[in-house]
Amino acid sequence: MRLQKNTSLALYSVLEFASDPARHISAAEIAAKYGVSSHHLAKVLAELTRTGVVKSVRGAGGGYRFTGNARRLTLMDIIQMFEEFARPAAERGARNGLTPVDRALDAVLSEIDENTNATFGSITLATMLRLIERQQGGQVAAKVRHDREPSVAKAPASRSAIRKPSSRRKSR
Amino acid sequence: MTQALTKERPGGVRAEASPGAGDALVIRPVRRGDLDLVIAIDATVTGLEKRKYWASVYRRYGASDRSGQQFLVALAQGHVVGFVIGEVRDWEFGSPPCGWVFAIDVHPQARLGGIGTRLLEAISAGFRRAGVRKVRTMLARDNALILSFFRSQGMMAGPLISLEMDLGAEPGHAARGGRPR
Repeated sequence: MRLQKNTSLALYSVLEFASDPARHISAAEIAAKYGVSSHHLAKVLAELTRTGVVKSVRGAGGGYRFTGNARRLTLMDIIQMFEEFARPAAERGARNGLTPVDRALDAVLSEIDENTNATFGSITLATMLRLIERQQGGQVAAKVRHDREPSVAKAPASRSAIRKPSSRRKSR
Repeated sequence: MTQALTKERPGGVRAEASPGAGDALVIRPVRRGDLDLVIAIDATVTGLEKRKYWASVYRRYGASDRSGQQFLVALAQGHVVGFVIGEVRDWEFGSPPCGWVFAIDVHPQARLGGIGTRLLEAISAGFRRAGVRKVRTMLARDNALILSFFRSQGMMAGPLISLEMDLGAEPGHAARGGRPR
């Protein structure tokens, strides 16, 4: 599956903010980190501000800071601010003129959607941050192993709490 | 797989624990005298009092001396406020031995105190002592609250997929005027 660019950007931004709720982070900092234009990011941050997930702080040292509840907000809550993720099951059966093939395909796609909804809907930002920490713990352990093998080329260490997006997602 | 479960609020189970609440908590194997309170907690959450069911669960898990079977209760100030049930199953669905959590429940008035987390930690410790290194559970995918609780504990989707189908009427049943054989 593939999330729209704005959605991905919103998730990365929100996780960045939620990882350090007291810190004001500028749009420019996030834009530079993820290689997107500030203009593009501004639209995403405006929506996050409008929905109360982040708060914009003006002036020197300003930026955005997290104001949501990381233990309540799920990945699905953020995703749904930016895209209609999956059609409700009730809408599927309501279409007229469906062939048996349409209905069979709908049944399969519905199964995928429901599992995806359950996954995104059950992972809070707090859970996600813990998951990231564990991934980073794994990376540290891997780095320690890596450092003991000087013949292997070393990747530059990231000082960031949340890593830049990768291109691992695949469309279904 | 039964999941007679809980509506613990996601995330808050651990993070919003009231100070000291977890310290006063005692987790131990269930005793027959605890059963009424276990049944009451389940009835409060599900709206159904299932006395026979719980008696059979107690016989199987509570009174069992089989290694790997666990029926634990959490007590706060001497009162049962939660329970967890599970067992180690060998080669279930073709997978190597692992611990299965069948049910976990916390009294609604005792939630947000870290009790669910402590119960899961306790049963996981029992599974470790029984020699397994994996714990699993199964629940309805629309049960977002409980799903979030297990997620918050670090659980991720496992390699098993649950499948089901409607069986419908027995073949030939309708042809015989709907009478069962």
